[in-house]
Amino acid sequence: MDGMTTMTEQNTMTHGVTAGLFENTERKRLRLADETIALEVQDLNLYYGEAQALKRISMKVAAKRVTAFIGPSGCGKSTLLRCFNRMNDLVDACRIEGKILLEGEDIYDRKVDVAELRRRVGMVFQKPNPFPKSIYENVAYGLRLQGVRDRKVLDEVVERSLRGAALWDEVKDRLHQNAFGLSGGQQQRLVIARSIAIEPEVILLDEPASALDPISTAKIEELIYELKEDYTILIVTHNMQQAARVSDYTAYMYLGEMIEYGDTMTLFTNPRKKATEDYITGRYG
Amino acid sequence: MTLKNWFKSGSPWVWLNAGAIAISMIMVVGLLALIMVRGFSHFWPSPILMTDLTTHDGREMRIVGELSRSQVLPAQVLRDAGVPIDDDIQLVTRHLIKQGNRDVWGRDFVWYPELGMTQWTYPRDAMRLERREWGDFYGFPVRILEQGRTVAEGDQLWPELQQRIRRANDIFDEIRRIERREIGNVNHRMERVRLSERRLDLQLREGRITVAERDQAMADLAAQRLVLDQEYAVLQARLDALYKDVRRDTLVAQVMDGREWEIPMAQIIRAIQPNDMNVLSKTGLYLKQFWEFMSGYPREANTEGGIFPAIFGTVTMVFIMSIIVTPFGVLAAIYLREYARQGPLLRVIRISVYNLAGVPSIVFGVFGLGFFVYFMGGAIDRNFYPEALPSPTFGTPGLMWASFTLALLTLPVVIVATEEGLSRIPSTIRHGSLALGATKAETLWKVVVPLATPAMMTGLILAIARAAGEVAPLMLVGVVKLAPTLPIDGNFPFIHLERKIMHLGFHIFDVGFQSPNVEAAQPLVYATALTLVVLIVVLNLTAISIRNHLREKYRGESD
Repeated sequence: MDGMTTMTEQNTMTHGVTAGLFENTERKRLRLADETIALEVQDLNLYYGEAQALKRISMKVAAKRVTAFIGPSGCGKSTLLRCFNRMNDLVDACRIEGKILLEGEDIYDRKVDVAELRRRVGMVFQKPNPFPKSIYENVAYGLRLQGVRDRKVLDEVVERSLRGAALWDEVKDRLHQNAFGLSGGQQQRLVIARSIAIEPEVILLDEPASALDPISTAKIEELIYELKEDYTILIVTHNMQQAARVSDYTAYMYLGEMIEYGDTMTLFTNPRKKATEDYITGRYG
Repeated sequence: MTLKNWFKSGSPWVWLNAGAIAISMIMVVGLLALIMVRGFSHFWPSPILMTDLTTHDGREMRIVGELSRSQVLPAQVLRDAGVPIDDDIQLVTRHLIKQGNRDVWGRDFVWYPELGMTQWTYPRDAMRLERREWGDFYGFPVRILEQGRTVAEGDQLWPELQQRIRRANDIFDEIRRIERREIGNVNHRMERVRLSERRLDLQLREGRITVAERDQAMADLAAQRLVLDQEYAVLQARLDALYKDVRRDTLVAQVMDGREWEIPMAQIIRAIQPNDMNVLSKTGLYLKQFWEFMSGYPREANTEGGIFPAIFGTVTMVFIMSIIVTPFGVLAAIYLREYARQGPLLRVIRISVYNLAGVPSIVFGVFGLGFFVYFMGGAIDRNFYPEALPSPTFGTPGLMWASFTLALLTLPVVIVATEEGLSRIPSTIRHGSLALGATKAETLWKVVVPLATPAMMTGLILAIARAAGEVAPLMLVGVVKLAPTLPIDGNFPFIHLERKIMHLGFHIFDVGFQSPNVEAAQPLVYATALTLVVLIVVLNLTAISIRNHLREKYRGESD
């Protein structure tokens, strides 16, 4: 009986933190079962040397939706994100078991060309990392790698990508200036433009706004909202309000395990697990 | 304040640090000031003094010359040497006078005691002649002879002299041009004909061509040789005429003991009367002499004339060294940092490379002589220049081997600097590129290496600074006291990597310590040292400005 009371109280508190977020949006409760599935993780284990960083992760990711990963530092959410474009291959002692299916094909299959995979699964990092080139060349970089030389095609893609990243109006007069001249928020949008220039299917965002000021953060969030029209988006964030605002589905991870995964509204307003609830209400740690 | 608190406050350390900096600065500035003062003052025309000296044994003599320097000695020193000096004199002064005229007296710098000298005078018509041989001449002009007949005396003499010197110099320049350029060119082609003949003989012996083929080719070569012989004869005839022409005039001048001395006009480079010059004309002369020093060829066992071949040799060698060491070092560093598996073996290799920087440079010289010159050069000669043997082409010290040795010497510096630069590129940039589907090689060449270029330039700057000042190994692998030809000229293939070169550092050593005429050479040592320092500074500043430009370009992400 005592337990019941506590639960109710906690639910009320949960509402107190996050309810406002959903008031003005006409968000339906989504069901994974109704979605097209873009990615599927099957029984994924990841080890750094002896230490296991991800434990038996299985999940399905909906196409053209935003899926957020939340959880305390060191819970493995960034590691999981990096599994989707095999960035973990760069870590020497990293070993992976299990499968990740992209459109039904295992990306860890030996036949997979990693460069080709990364063209299909783009990634944006925590800290803006433009190349030491002009704005134009930054966006054109991916295409040039693919051997595109035609000036007209490049011009067109650069403009479209910069418009897509809501940066065109700010930089159209200085496309050939060094990208380091942009502000942090602009650089991050440039990096997003760079990754959508090669038209990936999936975009991975690893805490894309954590190094930015609130206004730039708002712009990035707006951008994510627009991008999901065309791309499947996976985002790692520390900011729970951000997860609640931008995502359709949310996964809560803790110590390498996926504690709870479901549509964002349910997860935030009516979590099934107590650990999730504790984390969301700020009682964790 | 107690001593303890004073120590605590840190001010002893500040004083110590500031003191160390101050001492370093004083030493650097002092050194530069010394070589600048000594080096620059050499070209300023000093006045010619005249005085009469009665020596202790009653001989009377007249002295004409420039004051080189003076010394004050205790009188006892001279008394001990057998010179009678009054007992009440404690100190005596003596002067080193540059009286020139090596052909007259045998020695051009002489110490004279001040005791017994009359008042110094500076006669306006005292003259200094800069000559092609025998060093400077001091005296008074008397008359000019044209084929033994007097053509000018007294007031007209000086302008007439200047005009005739100019004429003689013009002819001499023409002679020099024909000898260096045109006859040099003919000789070069003759040598090639000779080598072609030898090659034909060798090919015949190895059975690669028939006797008929050889005779055919030999006939062609003989025809070429005939043409060359004719060309040579024509040039020789022109030279003979010019030599005859240049010997037309003679200057008669009085030396300090009153004798008259005949000097062929062709010997004279310049005649000046410094006591009759104002500051403006002295400045003009100063600049002219300075320019001749920088642009001229050495004379008189390097104690006179210019140092152009040494400057040219140094710069050429440093450039070739840079061209070799930069790609080599950068590639090695990229492999070490980016591709090699990090482990104990790599650590050993890295330590070995770093330690190469500490190996004494003469060891590199010995290695260069043994490996590059004898082993590689010998192999090249046997395989590509068999016709020239037994006289070696590449199997002897030369520009290429000097550059190779220096490249080896400076390789660790470039590797270390490049590795440092590569390790400083943030991994986020690499990941950004990889995440766009770039391979490792694409990431490396399109993003990482361009970002590391400033670091590579830093390595190159250090390499140049070290290479340009290096002397010891070069003496073994290609630098000589006097190189007859420059390594770059108008004869095919234009850059002659096998030639020996002159080098400023070695020139300093040679002029300063191997010269037969120390007093005359001393100012040149300072001037040459100054040139070397300036040259290194210029090379470094060029590289630094390139680096700063690159840094500006990649601002924000590299060092």
